[in-house]
Amino acid sequence: MDILVCVTRVPDTAENEIEVSKDGTDIERGALVYSINEADNYAVEEAIQIKERVGGSVTVVTVGTEESEEVLRREMAMGADKGILLTDDAFAGTDGRGIATILKAEVEKGKYDLILTGALADAGAGEVGGMLAAMLDRPYASLVNSIEIVDESTLKVGREVEGGNTEMNRIKLPCVLSIQTGINEPRYVGIRGIRQVASVQIPVHGAGDLGLKAEAIAPRVQRQDYFVPTFGAGAEMLEGSNEEIIEKLVEMLKAKGGLK
Amino acid sequence: MAGQIYVYIAHKGGVIDDTALELIAAAKKIDPAARPIAVVTGSGAELDQVCAEAAKSYSQVVKLASPALAHPNAEVVRKALLAILPKDAVILMPHGYLGMDLSPGLSVKLDSTYVADAIDLEKTADGKLKAVRQEYGGQVSTHVLCRMDDGIVINVRPGAFSPDESRSAGGQVVDKSGELGDLAASREFLELVQAAVGDVDITKSDVLVAVGRGIGDQENLEIAEELAAAVGGVVCCSRPIVDAKWLEKSRQVGTSGQTVKPKVYLACGISGSFQHLGGIKGNPFIVAINKNPKAPIFQVADVGIVADVVEFLPELTERIQEG
Ligand SMILES: Cc1cc2nc3c(=O)[nH]c(=O)nc-3n(C[C@H](O)[C@H](O)[C@H](O)COP(=O)(O)OP(=O)(O)OC[C@H]3O[C@@H](n4cnc5c(N)ncnc54)[C@H](O)[C@@H]3O)c2cc1C
Ligand SMILES: Nc1ncnc2c1ncn2[C@@H]1O[C@H](COP(=O)(O)O)[C@@H](O)[C@H]1O
Repeated sequence: MDILVCVTRVPDTAENEIEVSKDGTDIERGALVYSINEADNYAVEEAIQIKERVGGSVTVVTVGTEESEEVLRREMAMGADKGILLTDDAFAGTDGRGIATILKAEVEKGKYDLILTGALADAGAGEVGGMLAAMLDRPYASLVNSIEIVDESTLKVGREVEGGNTEMNRIKLPCVLSIQTGINEPRYVGIRGIRQVASVQIPVHGAGDLGLKAEAIAPRVQRQDYFVPTFGAGAEMLEGSNEEIIEKLVEMLKAKGGLK
Repeated sequence: MAGQIYVYIAHKGGVIDDTALELIAAAKKIDPAARPIAVVTGSGAELDQVCAEAAKSYSQVVKLASPALAHPNAEVVRKALLAILPKDAVILMPHGYLGMDLSPGLSVKLDSTYVADAIDLEKTADGKLKAVRQEYGGQVSTHVLCRMDDGIVINVRPGAFSPDESRSAGGQVVDKSGELGDLAASREFLELVQAAVGDVDITKSDVLVAVGRGIGDQENLEIAEELAAAVGGVVCCSRPIVDAKWLEKSRQVGTSGQTVKPKVYLACGISGSFQHLGGIKGNPFIVAINKNPKAPIFQVADVGIVADVVEFLPELTERIQEG
């Protein structure tokens, strides 16, 4: 099975405190640690496991900047056969619809039986996979947490739904699936693995190569600003030495029935 | 001029979802004079029940009945909606498990704009939509701006708007099932598999020690277990802990996990994403311990402590053990 996995490079929220920049037009990017989007790493692992079972190939693709190459190499070190970087000044500032449009143009240059995306990226939208599927006229399932290959043209996939339940679906290939975190245990990637793919050529395609006109990727949804939300009254912050804090907390817990 | 506002009504087992009334409030944010039309898909007597309930709050309810719509399969629902919705429709969907599956593709097929997971809405003076969204797991918010006049699909976060409870519409149910046409799909619903029952039932405990990614290491779960033992509670967790296979899925609190109603909830190294908070009900006393003073959890907690959980929890346990 030939599988394409769409991946993206994002600020790692486990490693960073995200703050709004002074003028409110962006987040503070200076000291951010970037990594592959968490769900995308699960998607790549899933693709590699499918390839290990039935053969085929795994390609990782991203729409980004030159810096996005590092996530492609990381996923190649993990076991993806090929990486493709889609980059162009014209891509900057596009929206999810634009990203899906760019990806569609690349998909049409190849022949993929299965396309995987992550369930969600940093903007919390979860939109690119569903849009790409609709543009390609392929069936789609989101929030997939299990994949079973039934035969050459059919998959049985589990979709996560409310309450930890799973909705089982039969879906025809070729299709697009968005992969939810926790579907597998992504393998470890060491420095050595990354070194091994350091010199592999990564094809780079721009708007011209993909036959994309500016209006096709003009953003429909435009971010105006960033701000820090405030909900409710906020917590009463306990301050002082740990000892003092713990005394106060123990009193509160007793009062609230949190201590037996 | 934006088009007519349509609201997709989510329902289950013949019971209308809370979002049905929340989305009326959302529609009125776009246009105070809006008379949104409800769209209900499904089959059988359950569907009629839901339509009747929706008609109390919507002046018009479009009923779309078909055995193929008995379970809300996004591909089939999309075909049904495309059969009856005008291209310039303003469509409000709950951002739940169906909305996430359906709306991105629906917007492409309608050639409409899509806004995911909106938590607030407003119409600007020049007729555009200004929506509030959250990014980076709720750490920052943004305003996004887009046109509405060529059609738009807006997924609205469940619970973001207070329900419009007036129920004064006395509306009509219009059956448009005849317009549905071919609903054949390449994705077929097979069955719903219930979540496995785990070793501990976290829904039964009055005191929960909840651990999140901030616990850092699987070995550190022990300090949470010790605290839970000291306070007579049990350990539950956020999703990354389950994804990492450190705890069973049955310990996960949130929209894709368990709903809990404890008296006291100690959130340790949890950022406070809406998917996690969605599983905490019954207004417990929430204590948040997090090293980031700006973590969103501090906005919903009753008491906050800025500390490293790995250092703080053992000290707290020790003090409690002293009695
Ligand atoms: C469809 C869908 C469903 C989901 N369902 C759920 C669900 O049911 N339940 C759920 O929990 N999530 C769910 N999620 C995931 C959710 O979006 C968040 O990613 C998740 O809740 C984050 O978990 P966390 O707070 O533990 O981790 P993070 O967001 O990574 O936060 C870790 C926190 O720990 C703090 N920290 C780090 N180190 C320390 C330390 N040493 N001491 C103190 N604090 C520290 C950090 O400051 C940070 O605030 C779902 C996501 C999707 C897309
Ligand atoms: N710039 C990008 N390049 C490639 N894939 C992307 C990009 N942005 C998003 N995706 C894919 O779409 C998924 C969902 O992202 P989003 O719709 O932005 O939440 C991600 O997990 C990726 O698989």
